[in-house]
Amino acid sequence: MNTNTMSYKTKQFLMFAGVTTFIFCAVVIVPFIYGLYLTFTSWDGVSVSKPFVGLTNYAATFQDGAFWQALLRTAIYSVISVILVNVVAFILAFLVTSGVKGQNFFRAGFFVPNLIGGIVLGYIWKFVFNRAFVSLGNALSIGALSTSWLATTNGAMLCLIIVSVWQYAGYMMLIYVAGFMSVSNDVIEAAKIDGCTNMQTIVHISVPLMVSSFVQCLFLTITRCFMVYDVNLSFTNGEPFNSSVMAAMHVYNTAFTYKDYGTGQAEALVLFIVCAVVGVLQVYIGKKAEVSA
Amino acid sequence: METLNEKAARNAKIFGVLKIILLIILFIAFIFPFVLVIINVFKTKADITSDPLALVGAHGFTTANFPNAMNKMSFWRSFANSACITIFSTIFTLLLAAMAAYVIVRNKWKACGALFGLMIASMVIPFQVLMIPLVSLYGGVLGVLNHRATLIFMHVGFSLSMATFMFHGAINTNVPIALEEAAKIDGCNRWQTFWKIVFPLLKPTIATVAIIDAMAFWNDYLLPSLVLAKKELYTIPIATQIFYGTYSTDIGLVMAALLLAMLPILILYIFLQRYIVEGVTSGAVK
Repeated sequence: MNTNTMSYKTKQFLMFAGVTTFIFCAVVIVPFIYGLYLTFTSWDGVSVSKPFVGLTNYAATFQDGAFWQALLRTAIYSVISVILVNVVAFILAFLVTSGVKGQNFFRAGFFVPNLIGGIVLGYIWKFVFNRAFVSLGNALSIGALSTSWLATTNGAMLCLIIVSVWQYAGYMMLIYVAGFMSVSNDVIEAAKIDGCTNMQTIVHISVPLMVSSFVQCLFLTITRCFMVYDVNLSFTNGEPFNSSVMAAMHVYNTAFTYKDYGTGQAEALVLFIVCAVVGVLQVYIGKKAEVSA
Repeated sequence: METLNEKAARNAKIFGVLKIILLIILFIAFIFPFVLVIINVFKTKADITSDPLALVGAHGFTTANFPNAMNKMSFWRSFANSACITIFSTIFTLLLAAMAAYVIVRNKWKACGALFGLMIASMVIPFQVLMIPLVSLYGGVLGVLNHRATLIFMHVGFSLSMATFMFHGAINTNVPIALEEAAKIDGCNRWQTFWKIVFPLLKPTIATVAIIDAMAFWNDYLLPSLVLAKKELYTIPIATQIFYGTYSTDIGLVMAALLLAMLPILILYIFLQRYIVEGVTSGAVK
C-alpha cells in the first residue's frame, strides 16, 4: 500500500486524531476566537443581536477601577501565597524525607486538602474562622480571636492566604519530595564526609540540585493562585465590602452578574495576557535552570 | 568530658526529636479543619453554636444530621451525576488523547505539528477567558446547555491538550518502534497496532492521566455551574454550594453536607493512596 498519498495521510490523521481535533477546536480554539469578537460587541446575555461597539469595552476595562484593584489585590495575594506555599512545602518535604518513622503516612496526610474541591474547603474554613476560632478566643479570652477575622478587610485577605497555603503546600511538597529523592545519596555522603552539617548539605548540595523542582512549584503556585475562584467564592465571597474579590471573580461578576459580557471578556483577555507572560517566562526560566543544573 | 563524636551524636538526636515534634504539630494543623467537621457532624445545631470545639455536645451524640442533609442536597442524585460525568469524561479523554498522541508522534505531517503546537500553546489560556464565549456559543447560539453530555464534551475538550502532551512523551520514550514494525510484519494495520501493542504499553501514563483528570472533573465547580443550571443535573460541588446558600444557618446540616461531599474521594484515597500520590507527582513533574 502506498503510504505517501494525501488521501492515506488524511484518512490516518482523521482516524486517530479527527475527533480530538474537532472537540479541541470546538471547546478551546473556536471559543477563544469568538471571545475576541465578543470584546467588540455589547451583549447582555439574553438578546439575539450582539451590537458592534468597537473599542468601548476596552475603554470600559481601563476605566473599571474595581477591576484593576482586583488585579492588584490578586497580584499581592499571589506573591505572598506563592512564597509561603513554597516555604512550607519545602519544610514539609524535608521533614518527610529525613527518615522519620511513618513518613509515608505524613505525606499522605499533608496531601489530603488537594483531594477536595475548593468549594467544600472554603466552607470548612469559613466554619473554622467564624465559629471555632471565635469560640476558642472567647474561651481563652484571646482578644485577637474573639471576633471573626473574616469580618475585616485585611483579615479576610490574610485568611485567604492561610487557606491557600494549607491547600497547596501538600501538593508542592510531593514535587519537592521527588526533588529530594533525585539527589543521589553519594553526593550527600561525600558532603557529610567533607564536614558539612545537615543544614549546609541542604543549602549547598540539595537545593542547587533541585532547581527544576523550584521552578516547577513556583509556576504551578503562581498560576493556581492567580486564577483562584472556588475558594474565593465559598470562603469569603468577596466580602467584606468587596475587599476580597479576586480578578477571576471580578470577571465572572462583570459578565454573569452585571450582564456585561463584552467588558467581562475584555477583562478576561487581560488575565490571558498575564498568564501568557507567566507561561513564556516559565519556559524561558525552566530552560535556563535545566542548563545550569 | 564528652568527645566530639558523642556531641555530634547528641545533637543529631536532639535534631531528630525536634523534627518529629515539628512534623506532628504541622500534621495536627493540617488535619484540624477536617477533625473539626467530623466532631461537629455528630452534634445538634444548638451544641455546635454553643461550643464548636467540644468533642461531644451537651445534648449528646446524634446522627440525625446525615439523613437530613442527604435528603436536602439530594446526595445520591448529585453523586450519580458527578460519577457519570467524571467516568465518561475521563474515559473519552484517555482514549482520544492516546490516539491523537500516537499519530502525532509517529508522523511528521503538517497537520500533526499544527494540532500539537496549538494544544501546547492553548495550555496557557485560563478558563476565565473561555467561559463567556462558551456560554454564549453553547447557550445562546446552539442552545445545548443543561445536558450532561455537553459538560462531558467540554471537560474532554479542556483536558485533551495536557493528556495528549503526556501521552506524547510516553510514546516517545516507552514504546519501541521495533515492536510496531514487528506487528506490521505480522500483518497488523496501524489501527490494530495501536490498540494491541501501543495502548497496553501506556498503562502507567493512562493511570496518571486518569487520576489527575478524574480528580479535576470530580471537584470542578465553575464549568459545571455554568453548564448545568437544572436541579436534577447538579454535581456534588454545585449541590454543596446551593445547599450552603439555603441552609447556612443550620450548621449541623452544613457539617453533614460537607462531610458527605468529601467522603467519596476520601474513601477512594484510603484504597488508592499510593497510586494517587504517584500519579499526581509524575503528572506534575512532566
